[in-house]
Amino acid sequence: MNTSALASTTYLLDLANVKKSFRTPDRKERTVLEGVDFRLAEGEIVALLGKSGSGKSTLLRIMAGLTRANGGQVLYRGEEMTGPARGISMVFQSFALFPWLTVQENVELGLEALGVDAIEREERAQDAIEMIGLGGFESAYPKELSGGMRQRVGFARALVMRPDVMLLDEPFSALDVLTSETLRADLLELWDERRIPTKGILLVSHNIEEAVSMADRVLVFSSDPGRVRAEIPINLPRPRDTESAAFRQIVDEVYGLMTSHGRQAAGIDQLTIGYRLPATTPSKLVEMLETIADQPFDGRADLPALAEVTELPDDALFHIYDGLRVLGFARLAEGDIFLTPGGRALVDAENDHRKAIFAEHLLQTIPLATHIKRVLDERPKHNAPEERFLQELQDYLTGDEAERVLEVMVDWGRYAEVFDYDYNSGMLHLPEDDEDDGDDDSMERSGDDGHVQGADSPSP
Amino acid sequence: MSQQRTQIEFAQIRPNAWDMALIPLIFFLLTLLAYGGTQMTTPYDVGQPITISLDPSYLPYYLLRSALRMAAALAASLLFTLVYASLAAKIKPLERILIPILDVLQSIPILGFLSITVTGFIALFPGNLLGVECAAMFAIFTSQAWNMTFSLYGSLTTVPNDLIEAANMFHLTPWQRFWRLELPWSVPGLVWNMMMSVSGGWFFVVASEAITVSGQNIMLPGVGSYIALAITDSNLGAIGWAILAVLAGILVYDQLFFRPLVAWADKFKVETMPGEQVPESWVLTILQRARMFQGLLALSGRLLRFVQHLGQRPQRDAKFFRSIGPRFTLPLWFDPVWNGILILASAAALTKVTIFVSDEVSWAEVWRVLAYGLATTTRVSVLIVLASFVWVPIGVWIGIRPRWAQNLQAVAQFLAAFPANLMFPVAVIGIHHFHLNPDIWTSPLMILGTQWYILFNVIAGASALPQDMKDAATNLGLKGWLKWRKFYFPAIFPAYVTGAITASGGSWNASIVSELVSWGDTKYQAVGLGSYIAEATGNGDFPRIALGIAVMCLFVMAFNRLLWRRLYVIASERLRLD
Repeated sequence: MNTSALASTTYLLDLANVKKSFRTPDRKERTVLEGVDFRLAEGEIVALLGKSGSGKSTLLRIMAGLTRANGGQVLYRGEEMTGPARGISMVFQSFALFPWLTVQENVELGLEALGVDAIEREERAQDAIEMIGLGGFESAYPKELSGGMRQRVGFARALVMRPDVMLLDEPFSALDVLTSETLRADLLELWDERRIPTKGILLVSHNIEEAVSMADRVLVFSSDPGRVRAEIPINLPRPRDTESAAFRQIVDEVYGLMTSHGRQAAGIDQLTIGYRLPATTPSKLVEMLETIADQPFDGRADLPALAEVTELPDDALFHIYDGLRVLGFARLAEGDIFLTPGGRALVDAENDHRKAIFAEHLLQTIPLATHIKRVLDERPKHNAPEERFLQELQDYLTGDEAERVLEVMVDWGRYAEVFDYDYNSGMLHLPEDDEDDGDDDSMERSGDDGHVQGADSPSP
Repeated sequence: MSQQRTQIEFAQIRPNAWDMALIPLIFFLLTLLAYGGTQMTTPYDVGQPITISLDPSYLPYYLLRSALRMAAALAASLLFTLVYASLAAKIKPLERILIPILDVLQSIPILGFLSITVTGFIALFPGNLLGVECAAMFAIFTSQAWNMTFSLYGSLTTVPNDLIEAANMFHLTPWQRFWRLELPWSVPGLVWNMMMSVSGGWFFVVASEAITVSGQNIMLPGVGSYIALAITDSNLGAIGWAILAVLAGILVYDQLFFRPLVAWADKFKVETMPGEQVPESWVLTILQRARMFQGLLALSGRLLRFVQHLGQRPQRDAKFFRSIGPRFTLPLWFDPVWNGILILASAAALTKVTIFVSDEVSWAEVWRVLAYGLATTTRVSVLIVLASFVWVPIGVWIGIRPRWAQNLQAVAQFLAAFPANLMFPVAVIGIHHFHLNPDIWTSPLMILGTQWYILFNVIAGASALPQDMKDAATNLGLKGWLKWRKFYFPAIFPAYVTGAITASGGSWNASIVSELVSWGDTKYQAVGLGSYIAEATGNGDFPRIALGIAVMCLFVMAFNRLLWRRLYVIASERLRLD
């Protein structure tokens, strides 16, 4: 590459004040990204960390040229982005391989679309396949391969284009721990030994350790609307020792950043009906409270340590932390989580009483729960169709998200026995409180593990 | 290097043992095609008699003609499907017109239309048999195209988003994307629906070859005409021969065409379930192993590549590809305006039909026709219920026994393809012999061919039940009625609804040929909408045909909306196993 003097000042990707909003079905605007600034320089790997639904995948797709920003500037090598760029390749979380094409044909596809002739195509594909460790599998179909091998095809398919920039959209999260570690190491080896022409890599992830082990820079993304909230440079040499003190310290720092909330201090009172309830269940919340209350944490836990003990993925953990925080059962500070008096009371209570405490917190802190309860109380028959609430939610959220939020709400409400939902009729209603009701009885018992599921409740 | 390559290619073209078996077969098929084709375009004027012989030695020739008609109709259906479904899936404003139209087309009784369309086609090719051929093929086409189109449209609109993004990321043009992603993605569904179409098509081949136009009987050389003549001549032996011929035809179609196609289409399935049987076909195996054929295949593959890359843009040096603008959204005024146009158009059409019909037909008759509609509705409903009572338990019983299921499902599928109208003469003889009431006893005829859809869907549903669930049911000690009520019925309900919808649609259509049956000079007519249309068709009475078809359309659509669609929603939302 003939690097001119200019190149050193030109970033591979340069995003300034990027905004993205979608239109809800009733033509209202919902902002997903706002005021996002981001730069990818030559020679660096940047990781973008954020909770699911924070808009980081949308941002990645803007950089890929797959969707267009509504505002701000997106430059690739100093030029305005107008569509998928030649020098940018992407690797997908779901692999996105074409099942009817062999490994070889999958890898060749992009070259074919470019009009590269058959002989060159074959040679380049061969090289990429060898490089990524797929030699011998050229004529296999994706469905014959294991997950790790499939993602190798995904990488080969991206690398064969000799990309300037590689965009990785959670490429390891569908793989088991061991496989993803091997694949990560292989990729880093290719990168560090400069065996691939790629000048910059952007990794989207929700796994903190993965991000810290790979990246030169970690960006923490906040949601609603999504923007870059913090940046942590990582100057450790690769390959990195994940047990070293320096590494652990950075992981700790990132955990702290991920769980601190700008609006948290005043937060709880300011929630709206459209608050995006975290995707987690009451049973997980209660289990987590118990874990924190127990030894060795005794009411206050270091987040990375908690992650290790619970063996849950980061994404699931953050949803739980979020749930505990908004419900007022726990507070987060400096990379630690600790119980509030309310949280302590819930842990100490008997099973029946737990539900009452949960219900009390739910109605105090979650406006949507309060709203549903009030509507049901006011109605003569104490029931209301789900569409009514979905429509209200759609003022804040997209259709899919509104459905998800209501589903979580129903789950929490059922556990708390604040309201119930009939799957067949799609109606929410107040729980029947007659003692001799058989269904009610069985619900109490199954409440032990927190999964309150009536006879006809859907499995999520 | 390049020399080596050519040598390899040359070696590929040298025939091997598999080729030896194939070459004569291919030449034979080509000759047949050419011969049948030339026979289709012979000069012809309406009124000129075409002699059909009941000599069984003519049957292979008639079968060939019928099979060709079927093939041509299938090709036309495929072409129509590709164009129509793509337009509907790709162009939003068109989608809102095309899909409702398809929905209506689907519920029109095709057989009633035959005498109307044939006049048009004869006018299109004056003095040539091709007009009548086209009319027959059109009838078959209308029985095949709609479900294929719905299938492709459904597939095209459900291509996984990550694959679309991958295609965009790798700079496929929309044209390339269609050929490399969207069409392959749709292949399994499309092939399955083609199979269902052809299976239903045999019925229409038989029904559409002997056409009455303005009092003139036109008999196209084919199995259908052979049967029609056998019925007029009360020749039971000939009917037997015809049944054998059609069985052979279905078998050949299945083995030479659909088996290989299904086996091939399997590679387009995204994921094969563990334990799922991979479909196999001896023809496909031969084709894939024969060297010469491989050469041909490579050649056609290259041709396909050429087609796929027609949209290639000389953009190798540009930095960016296809610009992505904001997604096209319909302006706010579109809805009211479009609905207004639709209402006006349908009002105009209604007036036109009303004027056309009311010149000939009194209001009293309109009410009478509506009553006929009710009679036929009753028949269809009662028969579907009866058939369900019989076939659901049997289907479940077979389905939960894997070894039985595999063989018997193929048999049920085969029976569904068998044109039931071949069996009508037998029924007529029976009614005649036992002096039965035709209002009741002609009714079973309309479900004769369509009941098998219920059976094989139920078998398929029951055999797909997860072993875990069966074990759990046994473990819980579920027995007898409780087991059926709580386990089998809900579990196979989605499959049953799919089968019943097909069966009911087919029965409506069959009512046109089954409510008015004859054997020689003996004629039986049941009171109903089907016999009304059939009679009007026989007399070339267009206003009454129009009235009959309109009323039947009305009933079918009402039936679909009020019953089947709701059941379908329940089935797909609440009782899905996943």
